Amino acid sequence: MKKSWLRLIGLSTIVTMLTGCDPLLVLDPKGPQAQVQAKDIMLSIGIMSFIVLIVFVLLAYMLVKFRASKQSPDYKPPHIKGSTKVEIICVGIPVLIVAYLSFISVESNYKVESTPEKYKQEEPLIIYASTSNWKWHFSYPEEDIETVNYLYIPAERPIEFKLYSYGPITSFWIPQLGGQKYAMADMVNTLHLAADLPGEYMGRNANFNGKGFAENTFNVTAVTQDEFDDWVKEVKATAEPLTEEKFNTLLEPGHVGQSTYTGTHLTFLPAPEGENGGHQHGTSHIKDHASQQKDH
Amino acid sequence: MEYFERFAIPHPSQAIYASMVAIGLTVIAIIVGLTYFKKWGYLWREWLTTVDHKRIGIMYLISALLMLFRGGADAIMMRAQMAVPDNTLLDAQHYNEIFTTHGTVMIIFMAMPFIMAFMNYIVPLQIGARDVAFPRLNALSFWLFFMGAMLLNISFVIGGSPDAGWTNYFPLANNEFSQSVGTNYYLFALQISGLGTLITGINMIVTILKMRAPGMTLMKMPMFTWSSLVANVIIVFAFPVLTVALTMGTFDRLFATNFFTTSDGGMDMLWANFFWVWGHPEVYILILPAFGIYSEIISTFSGRNLYGYKSMVGSMVIISFLSFLVWTHHFFTMGQGALTNSIFSITTMAIAVPTGVKIFNWLFTLWKGKIVFTTPMLYSMLFIPTFTIGGVTGVMLGMSAADYQYHNTMFLVAHFHMVIIPGVVFAMLAGLHYYWPKMFGFMLNEKIGKWTAWIIAISTLLAFMPMFVSGLDGQARRMYTYSASTGFGLWNMISFIGAIGLTIGFILLVYNVIYSIRYSPRNVGSDPWDARTLEWATPSPVPYYNFAKVPHVISTEALWDAKYHQHELFPEPYEKIHMPNNSGVPFLLGCIFFAWGFSFVFGMWIPTILTTIGIFICMAHRSLEKDPGHYVPVEKVKTTESKLRGSQL
Repeated sequence: MKKSWLRLIGLSTIVTMLTGCDPLLVLDPKGPQAQVQAKDIMLSIGIMSFIVLIVFVLLAYMLVKFRASKQSPDYKPPHIKGSTKVEIICVGIPVLIVAYLSFISVESNYKVESTPEKYKQEEPLIIYASTSNWKWHFSYPEEDIETVNYLYIPAERPIEFKLYSYGPITSFWIPQLGGQKYAMADMVNTLHLAADLPGEYMGRNANFNGKGFAENTFNVTAVTQDEFDDWVKEVKATAEPLTEEKFNTLLEPGHVGQSTYTGTHLTFLPAPEGENGGHQHGTSHIKDHASQQKDH
Repeated sequence: MEYFERFAIPHPSQAIYASMVAIGLTVIAIIVGLTYFKKWGYLWREWLTTVDHKRIGIMYLISALLMLFRGGADAIMMRAQMAVPDNTLLDAQHYNEIFTTHGTVMIIFMAMPFIMAFMNYIVPLQIGARDVAFPRLNALSFWLFFMGAMLLNISFVIGGSPDAGWTNYFPLANNEFSQSVGTNYYLFALQISGLGTLITGINMIVTILKMRAPGMTLMKMPMFTWSSLVANVIIVFAFPVLTVALTMGTFDRLFATNFFTTSDGGMDMLWANFFWVWGHPEVYILILPAFGIYSEIISTFSGRNLYGYKSMVGSMVIISFLSFLVWTHHFFTMGQGALTNSIFSITTMAIAVPTGVKIFNWLFTLWKGKIVFTTPMLYSMLFIPTFTIGGVTGVMLGMSAADYQYHNTMFLVAHFHMVIIPGVVFAMLAGLHYYWPKMFGFMLNEKIGKWTAWIIAISTLLAFMPMFVSGLDGQARRMYTYSASTGFGLWNMISFIGAIGLTIGFILLVYNVIYSIRYSPRNVGSDPWDARTLEWATPSPVPYYNFAKVPHVISTEALWDAKYHQHELFPEPYEKIHMPNNSGVPFLLGCIFFAWGFSFVFGMWIPTILTTIGIFICMAHRSLEKDPGHYVPVEKVKTTESKLRGSQL
């Protein structure tokens, strides 16, 4: 037992040393949205380091200069109420910093919440990404295909993810393409992403949703538009159709690995948007389905 | 037999069975010990029925320390599981239960009672009062908190632990996805202890507003009292939200309502909003009194008055106001759009301004001071740099677009631990060392104390700084394992080493208490630190009536005036003192609430109805009871005082 522990420690240290030189995922953006976020993060780290430095220097100065052992035994510290000048500086400078960061923050908010500027002229690809414990269903309504636990996307083209969940709140996250957003049962969230380069990216659910949470991941492959079109054609030629029955078995809690289908579940089980939204308080297919699931 | 099957644990392990045996043996040992040493009467008369704010404070303190070790045991198991990739020490279900109880225990049943301990013990002394405004309610507050804590703590051996995270997000916490009774335990434990907290909030506000010594205007209150007042105002506004949310959650789970369900018009976003409308102010309920303790300590050991008293008060009031305007930053990623996120991003970062003012005021309190490095001062000086790191990462998280990348990752976990541990835990440990001589009449050993402080501070950095890195590398929080290829291994191993360091630090703290009980000199006097405020004007340990004569106050530093500026603190003659009577009803009511919660957890309706009736009987009894309290005659006060003060008079 002890030996295997040591071996594991040793192994993990070596592995991390080898991979340790790679840049951190979030700071190694491969898409415009992740780039905005990485830039904000680096900027705020810079400004914050400066503030930390000031506090450290002030503290060190006070502690070295005014410690009792450095003063005569009969020194009596004065009574100092405070000074308006000092207060204005202590409030003023942080206010300026916060104001500047607020400006950046608001600007970035509008950037990450819209189609990336860089690819505005391209038509966005719409993908419905929904979760059920503990997997991801990706529906491509225009291409009329659906995948489970893996994602194929064209690079250099904006992608609109429509997020929702058949159960607990989850969070759709591909760190190198951009930050996450929640998938919930009673509404559809839109997340705008794009990949600058073809490549393999890690994607996962980032919001805790029970026993299978750790393995609730998916692979993202970004390819050129031509390769993407070929892939769609191939899927349509080879994959089996997604029936309602098949989808219901997919929804049952568990891990199912990757699979591919023609057709999407949206045709028989629409996403909770528009008249199917949870806020409509009407009868929705999701509701029927949730009660079905309860019976299992 | 079938009836008892509900009490079985749904997901047992050897560790849980071992805990059952350990708990059983401990209970037997306590009962046998109390009987053997004939201490039942002492326990009942002096502690279980007490309404003395100091005794209640000490009971809060003991509970908080016990819960610190419960929550700490959870923490070390989590860090051990995460130390190496693909570890099999814990499975997913156990890991989920452990991080859920770790968060709940540490916030609700460790940090809160720690704060309550100091507020109870110190506030009446600091304002020159003889008890809180409603002593019996105070006892009820404690017993409700205590029974709530016990209810949560028995969950893992009877029926199963909660496992939906300390945030308990619905729909995950619904019957559909959390089938054991664990979440019921969570709902009732928080509900019962939350009632206690709400009662304390009202009690403390009235105490501070109505029972100050003559001459102590609001702007002459010591800083800890100010911080307690602000924190209790927040309690009164925030806790009802939790009460309502917990009730709705309970109805969803027990009576099939649809507040937070995925169907029939239920809305899962509602719980998250309610939870954080309470949850964010809750953070400030914890941190403001901690700031108050730092203010007292830094001023005392700089030998100087607190710099910028007015701006300290002003910044706390502004923080309390802003604390209700930032809850959405806990879920920037919920899809409320750029405008809403922008507003909450700005309010969140705005809190950095008043917090910064406080940091700078502490730094300027050191200026031209005469700094003495005692253990409490060492904790305070370690607090400033570590808390600053935690605080500025909070500003980073406040940038909502960037937060899409930090959210739900170890970066966030690192941030709130780097804020809460230096901010609250260091303050509590500093306060523990600072007020120990007042509470128990002897000091904790300084040498062991300083070693402990350094070990805890360095281990905190070791345990949590790596999480900033692994978070930015894509490690989500609450994963029970990860593969070696992710490269998280090294960072988690460093964290584990830090966690071991923290364990050593806290064991050293216990050793210090035991060592000091045995070896510490008992003749420390009433004011061992040359302090400045009124609580140090009482003898140590403090007589049950606190002040033999009512003190008169002319500034924020009444004792300092008396010691060095010829201010006469006690100008009045001795008078008989009116004190409240002890009562067993709060303890009894607490026990009934425990049974009430337990019955609800398992949906046992007949005991539920009986205990509900019991609760109302206790309340009716209090309403109809005539209890005028009692007087301590002048002669008795005089003899007590001369005994306690001895040669000092």
